[in-house]
Amino acid sequence: MNQHLPVLLVVVPLVAAPIAALLNRPRLSWAVAVAATLWALYAALELLSQTMATGAIHYELGGWTAPYGIEYVVDAANAWVVVIVALIGALVTPYARKSVEQEITEDRIPLFYAAFILCLTGLLGIAVTGDVFNVFVFLEISSLSAYALIALGNDRRALTASFQYLIMGSVGATFIVIGIGLMYVMTGTLNMADLADRLPEVASSRTIPVAFTFLTVGITLKLALFPLHLWLPNAYTYAPSAVTAFIASTATKVAVYLLLRFFFTIFGATFSFDVMQLDRILMPLALIAIVTMSLVAIYQENVKRLLAYSSVAQIGYMVLGISFASVLGLTAGILHLFNHALMKGALFMSMGCIMYRVGSVRLEQMNGLGRAMPWTMAAFVVGGLSLIGVPLTVGFVSKWYLVQAALEQGMWPVAGVVLLGSLLALMYVWKVVEVAYFREVDPELGISEAPLSLLAPTWVLVLGNLYFGINASDGVGVATRAAEMLLGIL
Amino acid sequence: MVGFYTLIARGNLVKKIIGLNIFQTSVFILYITMGKIAGGTAPIFVKGGEDVIYSNPIPHVLILTAIVVGVATSAVGLSLVIRIKEAFGTIEEDEIQDESV
Repeated sequence: MNQHLPVLLVVVPLVAAPIAALLNRPRLSWAVAVAATLWALYAALELLSQTMATGAIHYELGGWTAPYGIEYVVDAANAWVVVIVALIGALVTPYARKSVEQEITEDRIPLFYAAFILCLTGLLGIAVTGDVFNVFVFLEISSLSAYALIALGNDRRALTASFQYLIMGSVGATFIVIGIGLMYVMTGTLNMADLADRLPEVASSRTIPVAFTFLTVGITLKLALFPLHLWLPNAYTYAPSAVTAFIASTATKVAVYLLLRFFFTIFGATFSFDVMQLDRILMPLALIAIVTMSLVAIYQENVKRLLAYSSVAQIGYMVLGISFASVLGLTAGILHLFNHALMKGALFMSMGCIMYRVGSVRLEQMNGLGRAMPWTMAAFVVGGLSLIGVPLTVGFVSKWYLVQAALEQGMWPVAGVVLLGSLLALMYVWKVVEVAYFREVDPELGISEAPLSLLAPTWVLVLGNLYFGINASDGVGVATRAAEMLLGIL
Repeated sequence: MVGFYTLIARGNLVKKIIGLNIFQTSVFILYITMGKIAGGTAPIFVKGGEDVIYSNPIPHVLILTAIVVGVATSAVGLSLVIRIKEAFGTIEEDEIQDESV
């Protein structure tokens, strides 16, 4: 069975989704979702240890040899991404049960789980596939289910947020299809490894730069790089809490992975950065994202929206790491991809706990929650510290590498902006902490601590933040290997 | 491009979906045109004809998939429009924004 793991990783959740919908009982559907996500986590960990031990795994779908058939490839870079997605999925599902019972009407719960598992399937699929058209198909699977999940939010603005996301997401996906089509015209192949072989021959034509541009715009739309982030704040704010926690820590990360895959594996670092001079576009955009979005976040009154803007800023950090196109920079970007999933997961989950007890995440209703819900707010504080980049948390590790990468290339101002971003993060995190800890709680509300089934997954992520912050070498080792592989040094 | 313009310029949500559809369909046709080889026939094996030129069938297969995706996107989009109509009483973007404030 082990040799079929790459495909089973995707197929099992894909089959589980309709089962969850057909069972049509909230509890049963939930159990199916838990089983599917746990399976995905097991398969992902197994794949990671296999790739670490023996190198990349190639799996030919249906026995058709690549490049004719569709191939799944698992290597250091995407095994890592698969583990992140599966881990967050496996933590959010147990968390979702109570949170969803409260936020979604009962008859929709089975459909919620079906869409949730489908979204997970799509994200895992994007990560493992070695075929560019397959990427598009999985991208649409995950996006369509994400639209549905966001629309389930109980605020009616969730609908418009979802519609906005649908329009922008579909435009992004269509751009990606155009890019893929143009590449296919020039090379006659859709297999990623094959494309990488054949592209240099035709790279001087006009078609390939156009394809490259379409792909870049399409993917950056999906990953919400400034200024294409407009769909993100609304979508995160109005989606059900569990969905926000899941999508915020996985969907954009997978898009970042896709960016890495296209830039480095398919087009190659030389073409992307020397010929197309991608760094000249990405770096300013990333820096603008870090500064402006952090500033916008400071002025938000809704904490979920605050965190959403902060997400756009954090995506700026990842893209900044990529735009250095050096081993250190890429390591920083990939590390931040993982770390941001951990911290935003923890932060949005603690927001979900507050939503569960208080019924709102607006700042004025969070007075004194530090005393009423000590564990929840403690989770928020640790996540917040990690966001700022305080030592002993994961945020510190990736920022450290990012600053090092900037200094390595003698870019002092860039390092300065990274530190400025941390300072701004301190301001918006402090805003929440101040309200929660230094104001009197309204005793009439009778708010108590969130139930264990919500707190436990949140704290697993919080402890992950601390563990990978203190014992940084594991994460750094994997990220460095992935970075070296993408740059073609290994 | 016409579709893309409609998508951006129109405030009516249904028209936006139609714009999206036109945009996607034109991309589909782009794919189909590149599958055509000059003088090529339909990619069905002709008996005894080794030197027959066939059109490339792969873009067709890909687009078949993309059409399915497009249908699903329109379906999700339109059902969202219905729910927006229920919740806001309108499907004009500017009126929705007025109501949300």
